[in-house]
Amino acid sequence: MEMPAYNLRIIIPEVFLFIWATLVILLDLGTGRKNTKSLGWTAMFGLLITGVLLCVTWGGITFNNMYTSDALSVLFKVIFLGAAFMAIGSSFGILTDKIKNHRGEYIGLILYSTVGMMFLASSSELISLYIGLELTTIPLFILAAFFKDDRLSVEAGLKYFVVGAFSSAILLYGLSLLYGLTGTTDIVQMKINLSLLFLSYGKIGPGLILAIVMIIAGIGFKLALVPFHMWAPDVYQGSPTPITGFLSVGSKAAGIIAFSRIFVNGLIAFADSVMKPLDWGIIVAVMAAAAMIWGNLAAIRQDNIKRMLAFSSIAQIGYIMVGMVSASELGIASIGYYMFLYLFANMGAFAAATFFGDRTGSDKITRYAGLSQSSPAFAACLSVFMLSLAGIPPMGGFAAKYLVFAAGIQAGYTWLVILGLLMAVVSLYYYANVVKVMYFAPSESIFDLKLSFTARLVLAIAVVGVIIFGVYPEPIIKFALDSATAFAF
Amino acid sequence: MEFSPSQLIFYLLSFIIIVSSIYVVTLKNIFHSAIFLILTLFSVAGIFILLGAEFLAVSQVLIYVGAVSVLMIFAIMLTSRLASKKIVQSNEQVTTAIFICAGFLLISLGSFANTVWRVNTEPLPENNIMTIGQLLMTDYVLPFEVVSIVLLAALIGAIVLSRKAGA
Repeated sequence: MEMPAYNLRIIIPEVFLFIWATLVILLDLGTGRKNTKSLGWTAMFGLLITGVLLCVTWGGITFNNMYTSDALSVLFKVIFLGAAFMAIGSSFGILTDKIKNHRGEYIGLILYSTVGMMFLASSSELISLYIGLELTTIPLFILAAFFKDDRLSVEAGLKYFVVGAFSSAILLYGLSLLYGLTGTTDIVQMKINLSLLFLSYGKIGPGLILAIVMIIAGIGFKLALVPFHMWAPDVYQGSPTPITGFLSVGSKAAGIIAFSRIFVNGLIAFADSVMKPLDWGIIVAVMAAAAMIWGNLAAIRQDNIKRMLAFSSIAQIGYIMVGMVSASELGIASIGYYMFLYLFANMGAFAAATFFGDRTGSDKITRYAGLSQSSPAFAACLSVFMLSLAGIPPMGGFAAKYLVFAAGIQAGYTWLVILGLLMAVVSLYYYANVVKVMYFAPSESIFDLKLSFTARLVLAIAVVGVIIFGVYPEPIIKFALDSATAFAF
Repeated sequence: MEFSPSQLIFYLLSFIIIVSSIYVVTLKNIFHSAIFLILTLFSVAGIFILLGAEFLAVSQVLIYVGAVSVLMIFAIMLTSRLASKKIVQSNEQVTTAIFICAGFLLISLGSFANTVWRVNTEPLPENNIMTIGQLLMTDYVLPFEVVSIVLLAALIGAIVLSRKAGA
């Protein structure tokens, strides 16, 4: 028998990144584990090449309609590559001081996880989607526990592993029920089969509801969507800070694109008002509301910046889900734009927390006092990230929130949008609190952070991204809108 | 009530699965739990054979019985504190858990019964191992290859986590 001809061009970026990651590990072994900076630079260079390859090769569908390289996947792959780039860029301090061996593995696992996310973003079929999700999370379990002598880090790795394995099992069960209903794992075919089933029987039955609830729960765990969020604060606090940033941006974006592929692409017929055996939108809307309320209220009480950002990211996923439930072209586009801005703002915030932690060994927000005098540029950068996360114009976060809420209004979720606006006002309190501490709180000790070149580079990229794409969002929004048309509404 | 031989075997296997999996989560000696886990997984393999899925049955025995369970027993025997201790497997939330599980069981049974499932009426291919092999090498070649990256990542992770800090 013959091998069918596949269009291998569109998997070139993923294959290249996988080979590069393996080479980084071998380079570390081959040079006697002495290198620190050259390893990081090699990996970052590889990510840049992957980005270029992605821009050159994208477009098309292959492997028996399993692998779609559409504009939406490209947008998300750029987000993953950016998150990995900034995570590695902010890891140089840790690589020099804390990880005495296994530096290559640390970087290699970040890159493997990125390959998994890229693979996931293109999957239009349930089996490859699940495997992509596993390749995303398994390296992250290990990275969360990478400080083996640190009790909190080991706890983070263990908790993330148990919750991750558990949620994968639930997700897999839900996917298997979906397969049992439709007899196919192809998401587009699944949509057709479900419509046929509905047309011939007039109903689909509670099996579909069970499948939907289990898939929402499974991906909800990965996204830290309330009520599946309880692992997030401990894992975010205990993991090495660059990994926390990577978790909160990369792994979250991966969960979001999996969610949008299954629900907005595959089960969209059921958000439609003509045939409404079950509107999954209302389940997700309630969860989004809960995430916005709980994330924002709990973030107020935190004094550790990583825990605060953990709760803030729970709240942010609530805002993103407002775009998801609207399940329209604008909704998908707003999610893409939101995640793109979130990449810069959140990775920037975590990078800043990393550099501060490297220098002072502390994550307490009160320790940030006096930074406006000792490191004015650093304080200004962190303020930009905080204000963007809070959604203050002209930072990117404002346009992102505006779009998501506009999509929500358009789809008729006015109550959810009003709640989101109220909660965004609440969130201003804890985001502005960091700025207030840096600029107005009296400080006992004045010290210079002495940022390294990579630290300056990462912070500069993040600040420029937040401001440029906030003031001039048209190209990204236009690209996101184009990408949303890939979903047949 | 008349039972066909395959139905009889099915109910027998199901009974073994249910009883032994209850033992897995209630026994105080973790070594005995592991043994009953092996029995459970063996019986599941038997059900796969009844359904005509020989490949799944063989992989079930090879992977779960052969590798995973034996690994567990090794881990228990090498951890002297675990092998001897009597361990309570439940905590104070056991009653809540039972209610939630029972509720979930009832809900899923109810929805399974009231749903039209897609049933394959075509006969199974004569040699389904060959069909699976061909599918893995053609239609599903991409996820099949990506699984190997997952394994590589897991392997590297296991080495990183298990090596001593100074080594």
